[in-house]
Amino acid sequence: MERATVHIALFAALIAALGLVPKLMLTSGVPITAQSMGIMMAGTILGAKRGAAAVALFVALTLAGLPLLSGGRGGLGVLAGPSVGFVIGFPIAAWATGWIMERLHALPVGIAAAIAATVGGIVILYIPGVAGMAMMLDKSIPQAALLITPFLPGDVIKAVVTAILTQAIFRARPASVFSRQTL
Amino acid sequence: MLALTYSPQTRLHAVPAPIKLTALCAITTALFIIPTGWAIMILGGAALALYAAMGIAFLRAGLRTLYGLWPFVVVLGLWHGWQGDWDSGILIIARLVTAVAFANLVTMTTPLQDMIACLVRLLRPFRRLGLSPNAVSLAIAMMIRFIPVFLSRAEQLKMAYRARSHRSGRWAVIFPLALGMLDDADTVSEALRARGGISPKE
Repeated sequence: MERATVHIALFAALIAALGLVPKLMLTSGVPITAQSMGIMMAGTILGAKRGAAAVALFVALTLAGLPLLSGGRGGLGVLAGPSVGFVIGFPIAAWATGWIMERLHALPVGIAAAIAATVGGIVILYIPGVAGMAMMLDKSIPQAALLITPFLPGDVIKAVVTAILTQAIFRARPASVFSRQTL
Repeated sequence: MLALTYSPQTRLHAVPAPIKLTALCAITTALFIIPTGWAIMILGGAALALYAAMGIAFLRAGLRTLYGLWPFVVVLGLWHGWQGDWDSGILIIARLVTAVAFANLVTMTTPLQDMIACLVRLLRPFRRLGLSPNAVSLAIAMMIRFIPVFLSRAEQLKMAYRARSHRSGRWAVIFPLALGMLDDADTVSEALRARGGISPKE
């Protein structure tokens, strides 16, 4: 119980800290932020339940008024803005990433993490993300999907980095990778 | 850590947080189910009046928080300009800005502790599902404490890296940072358990 609670708080803080990392510009001029990598890591390392709890904690404190979303955004205004679907989708994405990670225990950690981060952190996250954007900006689903495609290459890079980091952490601290524990 | 709360007290700071949150829910719902220009104009005007009633400095701080919406306004403007459909474009932008303005108003006038108190209260029904309110409160406090620890540890690792290399080391420190923090988490949980652990009761 103590260990789980501390790790949940730790990953919530990691996601917040990644939001403060300066943006990296892709050649297309689209900014990529490290924050969604934290969502993926929460899933691949903590597993479904704890990963979702860590991300939910981060989202709750952001909505409560801490400016922790990348770009210093926060507060309830996020729920009324166009990125509402992504913010609500963050815990779901972490849960899905963790769920897939736990199901793929027969595969090497790095490969399992790459698949889990891609499906959970990109495909699953984009579903509520696109839906929220479509609703807030009054666009159809394909139109909203078109608006976010520039972010796709950045997210693929983040899934790869997540896989490499998860693999390295598993090698150095196997006991800290909850998604690979037989609980 | 700087919260988004506006620090000089205004009359809205005195309104209890649950009332503000309920009102915000009602206004936002109204904005989305009555999509007429009049309704949005009246509510938008009301938001502006509320900000202005709290003073010029407050109004200016409020407008600054809305500034982050500009990329969406540009995208919507281009889109509807291209479609030649200005009316609905302006309506959507006005609705978006109004909804965010009301939400920011609540954030700016409600201290973080009040929001967290509301949050913990909202989570109370989940106690039956095994969600301990003590664990939630502790996790909130620990997360807020961990953020500056993360940042200063990253800075230290970067300085150490620069002493050894001519590169900036922005990426090279990620892995040692993660390992150090995971070890810290284990130490913290041991320390918590040694002090009696998290009590499941309130």
